[in-house]
Amino acid sequence: MAGRVGIVAVAQTKFEERKDALHSAELMYDVTRDVLGQTGLEFKEDRTGIDCTTVAYFDLFGGPAGSHMHLGYIVGAYEREDERVTSDGALAVYYAAMQILSGHCDVVLLLSHNKESQCQKNQIEWVGMDPVYQRRVGIDFVSAAALQAMRYTTKYGITPEQCAKVVVKSRKNAGNNPNAMCCDSLTVDDVLRSAMLCDPIRIQEAKPVPVDGACALILACEEKAKKITDKPVWITGLGTCYDHHELGWRELADCGALATAAQRAYKMAGIKEPLKEFDLAEVSEQYSYQELLWSEGLGFCGKGEGGKLIDSGKTQMGGELPINPSGGILSGLPVCVAGMQRVVECVLQLRGEAGARQVPGAKKAVAQGVDGPAGQLQCVITLEN
Amino acid sequence: MSHHLPEISDEPVIAEVIAHTNFLVSTGATGTRFLKEIRDNKKIMGLKCPGCSKVHVPPRLHCPTCFVKMTEWVELSGKGSLTSYTVVRYQEPYMPKEPPYAYGVIQMDGADTGLAHFLGEVDLDKIKIGMRLEPVFKEEREGSILDIDYFKPSS
Repeated sequence: MAGRVGIVAVAQTKFEERKDALHSAELMYDVTRDVLGQTGLEFKEDRTGIDCTTVAYFDLFGGPAGSHMHLGYIVGAYEREDERVTSDGALAVYYAAMQILSGHCDVVLLLSHNKESQCQKNQIEWVGMDPVYQRRVGIDFVSAAALQAMRYTTKYGITPEQCAKVVVKSRKNAGNNPNAMCCDSLTVDDVLRSAMLCDPIRIQEAKPVPVDGACALILACEEKAKKITDKPVWITGLGTCYDHHELGWRELADCGALATAAQRAYKMAGIKEPLKEFDLAEVSEQYSYQELLWSEGLGFCGKGEGGKLIDSGKTQMGGELPINPSGGILSGLPVCVAGMQRVVECVLQLRGEAGARQVPGAKKAVAQGVDGPAGQLQCVITLEN
Repeated sequence: MSHHLPEISDEPVIAEVIAHTNFLVSTGATGTRFLKEIRDNKKIMGLKCPGCSKVHVPPRLHCPTCFVKMTEWVELSGKGSLTSYTVVRYQEPYMPKEPPYAYGVIQMDGADTGLAHFLGEVDLDKIKIGMRLEPVFKEEREGSILDIDYFKPSS
């Protein structure tokens, strides 16, 4: 990379089923003020503060906040530059890094927020399907994921127990995370006894809905990052890849788009053996099978070996590569916020500030964000302290 | 000096916001040809890429891999094999059927891609990847992918 981009501050709310007492603006203001307070920066026009704000938000989730138009002032955009990324928050981190690498900005404030309690998540995602074919037959992101799960588990012989173990691990890890929503101590049997949602996905194997919350971070060019904080976390690699939208046009059992995005990021970062070189991963598993499949795409194991990987215990806390020490999306994160919050968690780990969920001595981490049905759009960000 | 403000109730005021809107989406030249063949002739057509020779269903204007326009229409029998499936057991207002019902990805003979559609006339507990299927068309057809009622097991 031509010059490095550093993350100099991160903030997040507690994630909860409903934050009825808070307007979205209040949710956003808290995390914005938090990162400003950590850095002493304010919004400035003369390149002595925050140059631009970039918000990740999926228009339709807002209903009243379509295109985020009435909320820009909360993030300091009043009479100033305001950028939006209408996709997962990891894509906004990617975009902000490019804003800085291009030289257009030195310091960017990033934010993502969502109150799923205010909207119908499945219905909004359904509108994201192509209107002529897949939307017409009623396929939404849940049934799209289920079609992928069935193909993946059947092709590679991934067992229901292996998928259930992902949920058990996530909820257990969430017990160490004061911001997590669900930290109940589930067993594999509890997961497998829960009702079927969309075969083979059971209710406990799907992301809890609704979840409300927000997160924010500040990115800076290398020179300024070093002045702003003595604990910058560096973005070492970035990659995205977009797969076919039509489910039948993909091999759903493999995640080629993620593998490509990961290889792009790893090439930039000089990562050759991800399982060995990373100290932790924060991945976007909205459904249990996804942690196993994404592990394959991220190169932590070979194709079809995601089940064996979780059986090995390597991805547990204390293992060779803990996945989702935070508890991940299965413990409750809003869509859109999820990918950015993956990066926030990695930063806390690399600064040694992750509290009870800290991976001791973490030096390198990888964050993954996802958007679209069955992991269509993938984003991989590698980080180092 | 202190200000005494009135106590505010803990119960938040919630504003109900309703946003209904309709979309009229053109299916374009490619979609129109495909959907008219289904409507008028009960035929399922694919488009063959001049670059990679793969036959795409449902057809799109161009091959995403080769990025060239596809113009060679190929008639398919409609019969094919199931590459994945799911049974929907939750309910949403936009669903065209009452759950539980099944979706499948059907790779038709002579095609290189699959079509996601309903499965019917099948025991929901006995669906198997690899099973052979054939389309059942609706009697009254309007030029929509729903003119195919569902795919049923075939011998």
